[in-house]
Amino acid sequence: MATQHSRTAARIMMAPAVFVLLVWMLVPLSMTLWFSFRQYLPLRGGDQGFVGFDNFVRFISSSAFWPSVQTTLFIVGGILLITVVLGILLALLLDQPMWGQGVVRILVIAPFFVMPTVSALVWKNMFMDPTNGLLSHLWRAFGADPVVWLSDVPTFSIILIVSWQWLPFATLILLTAVQSLDSEQLEAAEMDGAPPLRRFAEIILPHLARAITIVVLIQTIFLLSIFAEIFVTTGGAFGTRTLTYLIYQRVLESQNVGLGSAGGVYAIILANIVALFLMRIVGKNLDA
Amino acid sequence: MARAVTTQRKVLNTTIAWIIGLVIFFPILWTILTSFKTEAEAIANPPLFLNFDWTLENYAVVQERSNYMRFLWNSVIIAGGSTLLGILIAVPAAWSMAFVPSKRTKDILLWMLSTKMLPAVGVLYPIYLICIELGVLDNRLALVVILMLINLPIIVWMLYTYFREIPGEILEAARMDGASLKEEILYILTPMAVPGIASTVLLNFILAWNEAFWTLNLTAVDAAPLTAFIASYSSPEGLFFAKLSAASTMAIAPILILGWFSQKQLVRGLTFGAVK
Repeated sequence: MATQHSRTAARIMMAPAVFVLLVWMLVPLSMTLWFSFRQYLPLRGGDQGFVGFDNFVRFISSSAFWPSVQTTLFIVGGILLITVVLGILLALLLDQPMWGQGVVRILVIAPFFVMPTVSALVWKNMFMDPTNGLLSHLWRAFGADPVVWLSDVPTFSIILIVSWQWLPFATLILLTAVQSLDSEQLEAAEMDGAPPLRRFAEIILPHLARAITIVVLIQTIFLLSIFAEIFVTTGGAFGTRTLTYLIYQRVLESQNVGLGSAGGVYAIILANIVALFLMRIVGKNLDA
Repeated sequence: MARAVTTQRKVLNTTIAWIIGLVIFFPILWTILTSFKTEAEAIANPPLFLNFDWTLENYAVVQERSNYMRFLWNSVIIAGGSTLLGILIAVPAAWSMAFVPSKRTKDILLWMLSTKMLPAVGVLYPIYLICIELGVLDNRLALVVILMLINLPIIVWMLYTYFREIPGEILEAARMDGASLKEEILYILTPMAVPGIASTVLLNFILAWNEAFWTLNLTAVDAAPLTAFIASYSSPEGLFFAKLSAASTMAIAPILILGWFSQKQLVRGLTFGAVK
């Protein structure tokens, strides 16, 4: 159906989007690559020339690197675990018949729309503050000593805050998947006397596998670059410095652009590994 | 055949679901409540739920002290501007990919998606430097462009999945009936595309409103939107829970309301059509 004429028109229509994204991708990326091979300290002597792979080696061998990788893995892993497990349970619950389902859905989804700086600050002050926070009131009510959340268990606190933000996303996607489940199959299993746990493990979970994979991949990409939540709560202190935050500090706080850019290259490679898996799934879906 | 459910079971479901829903929603509810308290009431132990003297004072103080309206306006401009600009660029692109697909359409779509995966921190300094060189650090227009670029892949993808659902046969039928290209676009395609475009606008406005990496790193005073304004509360002086709550409530209220309208689109938009 498509004529030569319409193909040309299609190309012209696509051109602006392709062009701006190409510029957006190539220009900063090549700059980062360029800087990563140079000794570049804007406030202390500027660009001091080519240093080969020095920055890459120094970034990895600095004492802050491995802890930041561990923190990143711990935070991302923790949030994924919490949001996926609770998300599945919540999705199954919300799929049940009940009164006011729409309202409950709205309540559960709400945190996703709260801007990151607000949720981080509200949690930090109104809940986790050791003197006046609601959680410390609660702890005292039971005669326990309040936890100083952001310095005693800082990583866990950040996991908690970010999980609260992302649980709605996982729930919503898993709920969409649960709702597409063939209920006759479940009924048949029920009539055959399969206990709930077996029905879950053998019918529901396999059905959800694809949605779970998508949740994990998309969240990983977003979670690898969480920034605001750390920026306003601990500022990277107390062992909450993720890879993203470490790079940010190198680049903007200590203004060591070469070193930070080398870190940036690592971050880009890491994100691309995750992205590759995600794209494969999304790409398959396009063919269908 | 719907499964028969006992009333007892339904009551149980309802109770558990409402309790969990309220627990999840509680931080937001608590923020809204606290915004109407005095600072002393805000930190009272035992906490006060509804039995306090409701006051609007915090809202007045926040506006007066920090000129809240300016940040709000910046948020509106940045989120609205980047969404509109994105739509302008994405509609023709998504349109041609959906209706005149070629062998490369899939590759282009996936490549666009891949630009979304680029970690922002990896290109932080180049963007920062470009902004300085162009003299647009702390500039609203710069953020409009940057947030547009960040969300463009999502906008193209969402529009593409919507447009693809418009059956091509309808166009052929219209053509047979002698409709001109202009009539085709005006009377057939536009009405069918508007809902999809509206959902896309909504979701991307929300994403841009809440974006908190570039807005925090590239603004100082003039162009700072609400994300940056709220972050300035992270090192407070004196009593401030009630004021923080008032500022927070104002920052999230419009988006909560918009967000509730966009629940369904959220899934489609953020999974790039992989889950519908």
